[in-house]
Amino acid sequence: MSTAPAPVLPSAGRTPPVRRRRLDTATLAAAAVVGVFVLLALFGPLLAPHDPNAVDPLGVNAGSSAGHLLGTDDTGRDILSRILCGARASMAAPALVVLVSTAAGTALALCAAWFGGWTDRLVSGALDVVFGFPGLIMAVLAAAVFGPGLAAPVIALSIAYLPLVTRVVRAAALKERSLPYVSALGLLGASTPRIWLRHLLPNLAPLILVQATIGFGYALLDVAAVSFIGLGSQPPAPEWGLMVSNGAPGILTGQPQQSLYAGLMIVVLVIAVNLLGSGLSRRLPGGAA
Amino acid sequence: MSAAAPLLDIRGLRIDLPTGAGSATAVHRVDLALAAGEAAALVGESGSGKSLTARSVLRLLPPGAEVHGELRFAGESVPGMSRTRLREFRAGEVAMVFQDPRAHINPARSVGDFLVEGLTAARGVPVREARRRVEAVLQEVGIPDAERRMRQRPGELSGGLLQRVMIAAALAAEPKLLLADEPTTALDVTTQEEVMAIVTEAREARGLAMLFITHDLELAAAVCDRVVVMYAGSTVEELPSGALHHGAAHPYTRALLASRPSVGDTASGLRAIAGRPLSGFEVPAGCSFAPRCPRARDACRTDTPLLRAAGTGTSACHYPHITEEAEQRA
Amino acid sequence: MTASFLATRLTMLVVTVLVASLGIYGAFMLAPGDPATLLVGGARKPDPAVLDRIRAEYHLDDPFFAGWWHWFSGCLHGDFGRSLVYRDSVGHLIGERAGDTFALVAYAAVLVLVLGTAIGTVAALRGGRTEALLTAATSGVMAVPTFIMSVLLIWVFAVELPWFPVYGSGTGFGGTLSHLTLPAVALAVSWVGYVAQVTRTSVRTELRGEHVETARSRGVPESVVIRRHVLRNASGPIFAVSGVGIAGLIATTAVAEQAFGIGGLGALMIDAALKQDLAVVQAVSLLFVVLFVAVNTVVDLVSAALDPRTAQGGSR
Ligand SMILES: Nc1ncnc2c1ncn2[C@@H]1O[C@H](COP(=O)(O)OP(=O)(O)OP(=O)(O)O)[C@@H](O)[C@H]1O
Ligand SMILES: [Mg+2]
Repeated sequence: MSTAPAPVLPSAGRTPPVRRRRLDTATLAAAAVVGVFVLLALFGPLLAPHDPNAVDPLGVNAGSSAGHLLGTDDTGRDILSRILCGARASMAAPALVVLVSTAAGTALALCAAWFGGWTDRLVSGALDVVFGFPGLIMAVLAAAVFGPGLAAPVIALSIAYLPLVTRVVRAAALKERSLPYVSALGLLGASTPRIWLRHLLPNLAPLILVQATIGFGYALLDVAAVSFIGLGSQPPAPEWGLMVSNGAPGILTGQPQQSLYAGLMIVVLVIAVNLLGSGLSRRLPGGAA
Repeated sequence: MSAAAPLLDIRGLRIDLPTGAGSATAVHRVDLALAAGEAAALVGESGSGKSLTARSVLRLLPPGAEVHGELRFAGESVPGMSRTRLREFRAGEVAMVFQDPRAHINPARSVGDFLVEGLTAARGVPVREARRRVEAVLQEVGIPDAERRMRQRPGELSGGLLQRVMIAAALAAEPKLLLADEPTTALDVTTQEEVMAIVTEAREARGLAMLFITHDLELAAAVCDRVVVMYAGSTVEELPSGALHHGAAHPYTRALLASRPSVGDTASGLRAIAGRPLSGFEVPAGCSFAPRCPRARDACRTDTPLLRAAGTGTSACHYPHITEEAEQRA
Repeated sequence: MTASFLATRLTMLVVTVLVASLGIYGAFMLAPGDPATLLVGGARKPDPAVLDRIRAEYHLDDPFFAGWWHWFSGCLHGDFGRSLVYRDSVGHLIGERAGDTFALVAYAAVLVLVLGTAIGTVAALRGGRTEALLTAATSGVMAVPTFIMSVLLIWVFAVELPWFPVYGSGTGFGGTLSHLTLPAVALAVSWVGYVAQVTRTSVRTELRGEHVETARSRGVPESVVIRRHVLRNASGPIFAVSGVGIAGLIATTAVAEQAFGIGGLGALMIDAALKQDLAVVQAVSLLFVVLFVAVNTVVDLVSAALDPRTAQGGSR
């Protein structure tokens, strides 16, 4: 920020001033919930009262007790410990999906918006095709090719999510590009990478952040679904989607706790992420809804 | 004015609109009477409550609005109408023409659907009969290729043509009173003239009464029998069109006349009314025009003037201009 | 709707399917190891003679595009190849299972359309507390994915309250209906929420429309105003998102089928993926992509027809 001298333009130094609205209570609460989940992902294993993979043949399918607050699963593993330890496995893969698709999508969007013409048509056309390919189907296909495990679905979903990011960022970048300050910078001799990194990206960053937040909600659900159908995380990983499916037989015999608690974690996190995303997008310039 | 009960009789009309906290009065005191076949113009600055007044005749006010005072149509109280009666009343006795036909005609349906709906859905006229009547009215408002136009979408018609469609829709209902809320403001000058000529002609052919809202004083005087002036939610003066230029007694009317641009006026010759127009929400005690009035005296800031005879018309002013003409008559 | 709009959308449909088929076919060229091994099913140790036969049968030694064309044109003629794992023709496997998937998706689509628009309309027209309640409920439900909803529904409506059968797809119309109710609800529910929210906002917007006021000023009965002006004008966006939802059902039917043990195409694809039976996975995923894109195209065309404003290039 402070390494280069500011260009000699009135108010073109960086972002044109944006009216900052205060975040409302719901958004702040959602942010707090997301924060707690992030802490769980970082420190979950430290909080777990038991080894998440320690089986106990004598204490299977137990209900809540002082020793096992959320009970045990069908092999006697402590559900609370598995849920706490599972935060990392459950959130890391979707985070990776969002990171990759956002980085690649932003780069594509900037190229498309900046160079226009054939580049733009090619990028937009390719994304329309990708958009015709549902993420979950792509993930199943990838799992079939590369074998079960999280790697293949993560790659597949990263590609499937590209259009989501790119379309929005491209539209915003086009608008930004047409602002007079950008051409003024070009006239002043600022290089393209410099304009991108110091002006375009910082101005687009809030929008990209909002898109990434919304994308994380989707990715969390898709990754968990892939694990649920058996093509993602493999046992005995304490991943939430996998736990929901592991617990499914128990439901029929009256032990729904494993599925329910793991499912609850997913739903609560997704609701919080969605609220946070829409709260942040309301704060974007021009974002009313 | 005829001695029989007027077609439209508004007395002491007050309209309270809901606001964030409670409600506020947007229209304070409107007195207005209109005989059958008569035309009155409602003029005044933006926000003076002209549209609200016209809408109150159809009870077409924002949800939560409260209407006080008397509002009678052919002797019948409009606020007292039942739902069914109100629908009947809207469908057959009073029709409204809005300012922006592009927004006020459903863009997703055909022009024919729009025209016919007022007869079929609102009055139960069979579709075929409704089409026949509507086509005849379209001819009358100067749309010769009625059949083709009726198949088109509003988006395919020009603004002038759409406004004719709106007028045709109003006329097709064969109402007794036409409420026209700035029907020509959105049109260019030549189209404006054409549209006004159509309205006048149709009115004369049918003996249709009209309440005509406009900002154009010349136009008001040209097409209407009387001019009613509103300021900050109240009627402040009413006078025959012919007396507008020389017989205006209220300082506000005179200021309006002085501020209006006319051919030959240079920019410097234009006199804007000093101060900011008030909306009905912010009227002070006393006369609402007092803060801007060059003739205001102490009484104006404490006592609210009511309409009373002054010159050739009525005026709500403590110290009206009494013109020579009026003095001679007195 | 203009002819050029139609032509553009249809071209896009064809291009998307072609590129997707290249992607699907190319995917297994990316696979680690010998594609022929994968075709036998990754798990087993294949015998070299069998591998050679497979190579010939699948034209694996042909250049990429020739091989792709052979596969793709076969698919167009209904010849999807043979599955070595299921020891059956892929076309037959698909034919046996398509009915259940179709029934499930159709059922869920009806739920999305009917419930979504009904809830949204009621919320917008009623306003006040009803609206707040329905909005909260639909937002909550949108965050519950199919697999979790499946588990919840099984727990509540099949175990705690034994109202519905848990597994399978049933026989006869009544049997199918009762077997498919829970899976269809699980599949549809988050889209119902979404469609309801979009319906609510667009009905609200249209209610404020000036043309609605005109209709009222002419004495048109309120029910007609709602139908012909409010809902009619809101139908464009409502139909557009419902269509996205229905396409989305095609993409996630696999999850519901798996959760409720319905032997449809989705379950077949998952099972084949677990067994790494690429011939089946390729054929089924191509089918899903074609359906997904076709539904999206039809929806675009219909919503353009419903809303002349979009077909004229968005300019009013
Ligand atoms: N739906 C509404 N909700 C709240 N306030 C309103 C509404 N409609 C009108 N008002 C207010 O009532 C006052 C009178 O409005 P009205 O539309 O009658 O003015 P007008 O004389 O027709 O002005 P114009 O010449 O601009 O059309 C204004 O201050 C306006 O802001
Ligand atoms: Mg007005």
